[in-house]
Amino acid sequence: MSLARAVALHLRKDLRLEWRSKDAVNSMLFFTLLVVVVFAFAFDPLAEESRLIAGGIGWVALLFAAIVALNQSWARELRNGVLDALRLAPAPANALFLGKVIANFVFVAAIEALITPVFVVFYNLRIIGSGWQLILVAGLGTWALIVNGTFFAALSIRTRNRELMLPLILFPISLPALLAMVMATTNILTGERVPTDWIKLLAVYDVVFTAVSLLLFESILGAE
Amino acid sequence: MIEPGFNSENDNSQLQAAVVLEGISKLFGRFAALHDLTAILPAGRLYALLGENGAGKTTLLRIIAGLARPTQGTVRVLGCNVARNTSARIGYMAHATLLYDDLTARENLDYFVGLYSGQQRISSQESLEMVGLENVDPRRRISHYSQGMKQRLALARALVSSPDLLLLDEPFSNVDAKSISAMSSLLGELRDHGTTVVVITHQVEAVVGVADEWITMHAGTIVRRNKSLQGAGIPRRGEQ
Repeated sequence: MSLARAVALHLRKDLRLEWRSKDAVNSMLFFTLLVVVVFAFAFDPLAEESRLIAGGIGWVALLFAAIVALNQSWARELRNGVLDALRLAPAPANALFLGKVIANFVFVAAIEALITPVFVVFYNLRIIGSGWQLILVAGLGTWALIVNGTFFAALSIRTRNRELMLPLILFPISLPALLAMVMATTNILTGERVPTDWIKLLAVYDVVFTAVSLLLFESILGAE
Repeated sequence: MIEPGFNSENDNSQLQAAVVLEGISKLFGRFAALHDLTAILPAGRLYALLGENGAGKTTLLRIIAGLARPTQGTVRVLGCNVARNTSARIGYMAHATLLYDDLTARENLDYFVGLYSGQQRISSQESLEMVGLENVDPRRRISHYSQGMKQRLALARALVSSPDLLLLDEPFSNVDAKSISAMSSLLGELRDHGTTVVVITHQVEAVVGVADEWITMHAGTIVRRNKSLQGAGIPRRGEQ
């Protein structure tokens, strides 16, 4: 069975399950909205200040919100023991991983698209740098969070406190990516510097962690 | 009716071993779920695995399926030592349904049929027909199924790979008498077409007409193997 076909099969199933339950998307949307609104009222920043802090607030809110989706995505496989059926199936294990990563990426990207106008309104944002770079940073940054998050969610799936374990493992590992995302976003919003180096760092981070996750996922799936 | 795809040329495999277990032990911490268990299960037969709760039946089935590794001993399934090489030829039905509640029966089965692409398999329609669920409303999610219907669908899922070895853990739980009879006949037909079937059950009457051998487990090991149900009873505490 080809990898692409198996990935498409897993992806279609995950999208269909989320479309019906809306568990992950609703929780993420509610959480990010809450953070954006609460911070906006708590600090009431001026336009200049907003450009400095918006990157940090936005990405941290999305990181916390993504944890919900990441935990949900594997919890589905544990319910009714479906993971055992997947372990027995001859389809490539990496296809399951990639299908989940792409599905989670779609969910988080959808939240980003929904939350961005709210963010712009509440923080009086206007991009001074180039807008296409912001889209690139969003894509690379989201992939960095999701690929790591999906991998470590799979790793912690059988632990008793998996909801707690995932952020404990994920946050330290994601720090370089988070730093690059925040710095690149701030540079783009303020227009003070060109964020090329941060974008390169994000790209390298994505390539390295995607490769490592793909190499190790089969052993994690096969673990008792 | 058994659809094409299940083994029909099985004269030689009757003589071969589907499962060879040598000195299998499985420890969970200090608790030994299985203890120095050795057995050979020739292919093409239907085995009823009996035993009280905690006797190690489910652990044994999971080890045969390759879902758990023995702490000691070697397992050879369908002629291979490596579980990954044989997993596609094994049908496994557990206590849980191994299905997604938010999908319909067809969506669930299509998904699993897709995962066996390029392998020997049957269509979702065929597997639904085999368990008598072909006329259920196709829009109905399985979260709305009765427990018995879920069990039959779980069996249908285990059959999509057209397995050479079928491992069933309590397949008759919560199933009505008519469906038990139909499932039992189906298992007999599968056996007749060469599939090796291992069934864990507390409802011995369900497999009385089809079981070739009764294997009784107690305290993590096999204590009796009988060709008939007589004498295959569960031993009392302390008896072995």
